[in-house]
Amino acid sequence: MAIVTVERKILKKNDQIAGENREYFKKNGLFVINLLSSPGSGKTSLLEKTIAHADTKFNLAVIEGDVQTDRDAQRISKYNVPVVQIVTNGGCHLEAKLIQDALASIEMDGLQMLVIENVGNLVCPANYDLGEDKKIVLVSTTEGDDKPLKYPSMFRVAHLMIINKIDLLPYVEFDVSAVRENALKINPQLEIIETSCKTGDGLDRWIQWLTGHL
Amino acid sequence: MHELSLAQNIIEIVQDTIKGKNGVVVTEVAVDIGELVAVIPESLDFCFNALIEDTPLRGSRLKINIIPLRGNCSACGADFQIEHMAFSCPECESSAIQVNEGQELKISYLEVE
Repeated sequence: MAIVTVERKILKKNDQIAGENREYFKKNGLFVINLLSSPGSGKTSLLEKTIAHADTKFNLAVIEGDVQTDRDAQRISKYNVPVVQIVTNGGCHLEAKLIQDALASIEMDGLQMLVIENVGNLVCPANYDLGEDKKIVLVSTTEGDDKPLKYPSMFRVAHLMIINKIDLLPYVEFDVSAVRENALKINPQLEIIETSCKTGDGLDRWIQWLTGHL
Repeated sequence: MHELSLAQNIIEIVQDTIKGKNGVVVTEVAVDIGELVAVIPESLDFCFNALIEDTPLRGSRLKINIIPLRGNCSACGADFQIEHMAFSCPECESSAIQVNEGQELKISYLEVE
């Protein structure tokens, strides 16, 4: 009987490809964000508002990830922004290989930013590095303010939390200071921005945050 | 969280590790799973056993070590177990902590004959 040391990460294959993606993005001078949330928190709406924002001069492309349909890509394509839809057919998260394959369809010339809108899921996407610069997690006011405690892994790996749908605060039990406290308990370094895609509140701050990273 | 595809990855890594080592029989695959990683050990074990059925790895067992979250504080130097998902120093309450253990998802070693 003998022991053979292995010490290899089980997701090493994904991490290797994520590293290749990261190099590719760096070579092309791209700032890349991975948008994450439960289904229905407002990722696509936020993206639409970002593209349509009056002061936005971002030259960006989008990779959409969904289990079924290209409805999100169709919404984005109305803004004349290059968009690729990945349909996972059951896969509940995007992986680095899917992103690498999608990049073949995106012209890099002149591009500043790539937005990857992940499949709506607060569990699995947290574990799959895609090669992005920043992970941004959305929580909306129609969800529980204890979301960060229930999904610690996701809030731990995120760089920024966006609290969306703040226009609905008068009508829901959601406690903004509670979600902030819960999120900061899991990740004291987490940046936080509150937004409403409906009223436009907070969008200037979000745009500023993006601009600051270009 | 995808215990089936994780089991597949484990098997691929094991096969890659013993490639070229003729006559080696794997009896145990030891994996470290951090407390923060959403993997269900029973599920992973089930999938591993299902997948190795008609392979040379049949008969080997998966040994799963759950690694608790541990950190140390850059402010006061304390070493501590991270409890109740509170990622700050229990001694001085600083948030300047390093998480050293509890995020692993790896194969640590094989036991072979």
